[in-house]
Amino acid sequence: MSLLEVSGVSVSFDGFKAINNLSFQIGDAEMRAVIGPNGAGKTTFMDIITGKTRPDEGRVIWGEKSKSLLSMSEAQIAREGIGRKFQKPTVFEDQTVHANLLMALKNERGPLSVLFWKPKPDDLARVEALASEIALSDQLARKAGELSHGQKQWLEIGMLLAQDPKLLLVDEPAAGMTPSEREHTTSILVEAAKTRAVVVVEHDMEFIRRLNCRVTVLHEGSVLAEGSLDHVTSDPRVIDVYLGR
Amino acid sequence: MRTSFFARNPSVPIFLVLLAAFTIGVTILGEAYGTGDISTSFTKTLGKTLCLCLIAVALDLVWGYTGILSLGHFAFFGLGGYMIGMWLMYERTRAIVERSLANAPIPPTPQEIVDGIGTQIFGVVGSNEFPVVWAFADSLFLQLLMVVAVPGLLALVFGWLAFRSRVTGVYLSILTQAMTLALALYLFQNDSGLRGNNGLSGLQNLPGLGSVPQSKVSIWFLWASAAALGLGYLLAAWIVSGKFGSVMRGIRDDEARVRFLGYSVEGYKLFVFTLTAMIAGIAGALYYPQAGIVNPAEIAPIASIYLVVWVAIGGRGRLYGAVIGATFVSLVSSWFTGGQAPDIPLGVYTIKWVDWWLIVLGLSFVGVTLFAPKGIGGLVDLWTGRRAPDRHGADLGPDQGSFREREAGE
Repeated sequence: MSLLEVSGVSVSFDGFKAINNLSFQIGDAEMRAVIGPNGAGKTTFMDIITGKTRPDEGRVIWGEKSKSLLSMSEAQIAREGIGRKFQKPTVFEDQTVHANLLMALKNERGPLSVLFWKPKPDDLARVEALASEIALSDQLARKAGELSHGQKQWLEIGMLLAQDPKLLLVDEPAAGMTPSEREHTTSILVEAAKTRAVVVVEHDMEFIRRLNCRVTVLHEGSVLAEGSLDHVTSDPRVIDVYLGR
Repeated sequence: MRTSFFARNPSVPIFLVLLAAFTIGVTILGEAYGTGDISTSFTKTLGKTLCLCLIAVALDLVWGYTGILSLGHFAFFGLGGYMIGMWLMYERTRAIVERSLANAPIPPTPQEIVDGIGTQIFGVVGSNEFPVVWAFADSLFLQLLMVVAVPGLLALVFGWLAFRSRVTGVYLSILTQAMTLALALYLFQNDSGLRGNNGLSGLQNLPGLGSVPQSKVSIWFLWASAAALGLGYLLAAWIVSGKFGSVMRGIRDDEARVRFLGYSVEGYKLFVFTLTAMIAGIAGALYYPQAGIVNPAEIAPIASIYLVVWVAIGGRGRLYGAVIGATFVSLVSSWFTGGQAPDIPLGVYTIKWVDWWLIVLGLSFVGVTLFAPKGIGGLVDLWTGRRAPDRHGADLGPDQGSFREREAGE
């Protein structure tokens, strides 16, 4: 039983096939790394799942009730339980770390209920807990724009966890991080994958090795190989298109 | 985190106290209840300025906090004026018609009175029939309801169409401008039912209160405008201080991110746009009885552009900035254009401020945008010690309306 099933999806931009008959599945509490050379379609793949890009053909089926994500808006898909972290850390820089986490916290999203919403002790405790998980406990009152690059990455991961999603899509979480920051990021993601599905797009092989999970290799918009890291890195086709270069 | 609303928003109690002091001061110095140092016409100017402050607060919610640069909010302001103007004009004309028919040998029928009112009001556009839009003009309650309902409905329909199609940035600004221009052009027509370019006039005369001098009426309207501004400011501060305000600022700086958090950005924009249109309607309904006349020229695009200039010069993204900008620029503007500023003879050329004021205003708008994005409100930062962050020139988000480095606080 899979949580997300992408099958036969294709999309092209001005004649260029960014995604070509791609199929992908992930289960309930599974960690998956997606690798591939530049232009392999990794980001477009995430855009399709999160509703930012509509595929020309194919199906994207979600959850126990097998809903199609293709007719939903980005916000509806997010409310279904798919959280996304962007390549470049995107947090609300003019607002405090606390406000950022509070906004992401899983709660009613309609304008009226948000207007009259007041944080309950539970919500505040949850923000505190998240902040300590992402090592930002003593930064709660600071504006997010003042954080270091690595801290912003963590804050964005924290905002993802605050949404309590069933599936996390994480685009290059370790980019621009120091080795010790990478280690902490690994442990946050591994911990998250115990209770939910996590898809990590990453270039850094060392980082993927530490995640210790199944790997999907994308090439020219479709899946080239899938399996353990050792399995795919020994695949001659993978070496040819990606590692050998 | 558990502090009172006023402690979290120190500008609110300060503002309310200043507003109350201002209102009491004008009352004491005014002609009706005080010493008479402030003339009735200047009292009206001050009362009108309070209404302009209210619509400036509304625009700050839309532009300063949500990042939607609306160049059409004066359409809602004008509509609010028209809605209350219809009742004022109808009732006052009825009193006149009834008085003139009272001497007739046979008492007039209700139909004759209505016909008489129609001839009086619409004779100027060559008609004597009441158009459909005047159906409720005899009911103060319904017309007051329309002061918020009509601008709100227009904003709802317009916003639904525009936001749903994800029109943003400069394209949205052009659309809002087209909306207000189209409305103005429509109202300019004689058969639009609202007296074409004549507009509605005589609005300063309150029906049934003909014996009350304008000096008193002007003070009453000043009180009402001050109350509306105080409540509007309170409401705006409450909205932006909570999570709703967080979402608004998020939309301003990076709306795609807000969407991926599961918030329907379009719904929020529509909510803010419609709410502020209603606030603008209320401001207009208080403004035009003090101005005495509302006509389609009032909602020409230039009025809404002025509004943006006020908020920019006062400092967007802070409510008191909007109030300061609207007060300062509109009062200075009426000083310059009212012929009170002395001309400057340069020998070969004499600077007449009536002609040159617009250029000064334009230059100061460009100057503020380039060199002091915080506006006049930024002077408050010198006192509170708020500094701008050092971000090496980077904006606070990828969107066009997002805060710039120097607008933000550390």
